[in-house]
Amino acid sequence: MSYDKRHDGRKDNEMRPIEAKTGVIPNAVGSAYFKIGNTEAYAAVYGPRDLYPRFLQDPAKGLLRCNYNMMPFSGMGNRVRPGTNRRSKEISMVTKNALNPVVDLHEFPNAVVDVFIELPQTDAGSRCAGICAASMALADAGIQMKDLVAAISVGRVDNKIVVDLDYKEEAYDGPVADIPIAMVPSTGEITLLQMDGEVSKKQLMEGLELAKEALAEISEIQKKALKDKYNVVGEKK
Amino acid sequence: MTNILVKEKSIVVPGEVLAEGMDYLPGFGTYRDNNKIITSRLGIIIVDGRALKIIPVTGSYNPKQHDTIIGKVVDVTMSGWRINTNSAYTAMLMLKDGSSEYIARGADLTSYYNLDDYVVCKIIKMTSQRLIDLTMKGPGLKKLTGGRIINVNPYKVPRIIGKQGSMVTMIKSATGCQIIVGQNGRIWLNGSPEEEALAVQTLKKIESESHHKGLTDKIKIYLEKKTGKKIEQIDNRNQEQGDSNQKFAKPSQEFKGERK
Repeated sequence: MSYDKRHDGRKDNEMRPIEAKTGVIPNAVGSAYFKIGNTEAYAAVYGPRDLYPRFLQDPAKGLLRCNYNMMPFSGMGNRVRPGTNRRSKEISMVTKNALNPVVDLHEFPNAVVDVFIELPQTDAGSRCAGICAASMALADAGIQMKDLVAAISVGRVDNKIVVDLDYKEEAYDGPVADIPIAMVPSTGEITLLQMDGEVSKKQLMEGLELAKEALAEISEIQKKALKDKYNVVGEKK
Repeated sequence: MTNILVKEKSIVVPGEVLAEGMDYLPGFGTYRDNNKIITSRLGIIIVDGRALKIIPVTGSYNPKQHDTIIGKVVDVTMSGWRINTNSAYTAMLMLKDGSSEYIARGADLTSYYNLDDYVVCKIIKMTSQRLIDLTMKGPGLKKLTGGRIINVNPYKVPRIIGKQGSMVTMIKSATGCQIIVGQNGRIWLNGSPEEEALAVQTLKKIESESHHKGLTDKIKIYLEKKTGKKIEQIDNRNQEQGDSNQKFAKPSQEFKGERK
């Protein structure tokens, strides 16, 4: 049996419903919430603040530090052991690398900007949701940045190229590839590209094309969410 | 051919294209990419002659020279005090700038300012590496005793002060509180508990509604309702008459911190 129709009735290039908000965590300097389908991410930005241990300080520019964390109850039934593990360490690192090309921390020598990404509920695509939330939170924190980063996963399920895989599709019994992509929409620069599974070159290129369209859409949602915080309903600015 | 692609005074987000063509110049919070001018900060877009610039609306405090801030003493050293500025960088208050009175060598510095004391001080110098020098010499610069400190978004401080201090003067006269606003988002209040509570409420209201139009009038109505007193329209020229506690006249252009 081949995978002809997506199990939730979406089109190949259709993402799950997205919800985005900023300013959700009052204690943080900047914060954002990004929900795609059943995957939810909160990002909180603290700082710039002083950085210790001292050998980490860079007198030329500030440091960006990211922390990705899945909450214990966020998985598909099984408890996720709290604390860092090999997976979350890697995702924290790729998140930082995905965001670093756009943020400019030259204003903050010897300081650090901390980004905390928490996932209360996951259904695949969590690092992408985390990156989307984090880039909104950084903008909300007034950090200088070239553009917002948008991220989405594309992939192959059996012989179908689809955008935004959920957990059921990732776990499909057959050849599956999951490719998370983060991009700077204005320049088309790719800041994150990972792959899990098997794809042909042709399928990969096809997937990238799908991702481009989806990312443009996400970027608009992000921009709107940032503006909505300041445009009060019923009042024209 | 140049045209501005966004409405003036609207909120813009990083990555948004503001203008195309070479007729405009990128100002604060924007950058040029070939013939486009693009936003690099969340804020309000202002067209200033040929330059496009952003007035930021969020963020933590970024120290600037000549700012009057409310600092907290975090360390006492041989040669002065180390002061927390509510930013990523601590500042140094040197002995010679520590007070307008003479401090003898070898004097006990904690008798002037001790740990956890709050002081109103002014940034005199800042280097590229954000080494900050403070002074306590000047009108209104003093140690704060009594009262309470609250924190607000430092980018909303101009709205809290108002035009020529109109907003903060109004809150002061309506609530009867003494208020000092630091550019770093720390505000000191001193009055009876009820007065302080009302002032805090008002300040939080200003903070959350700072981007509305006609805010001063709104706050005036709000304060009149809360206090049950009529507030005369604030006129800065007659400021001293109505307020006997007012030691200093209107805040000068240079001296941005509010004080009483």
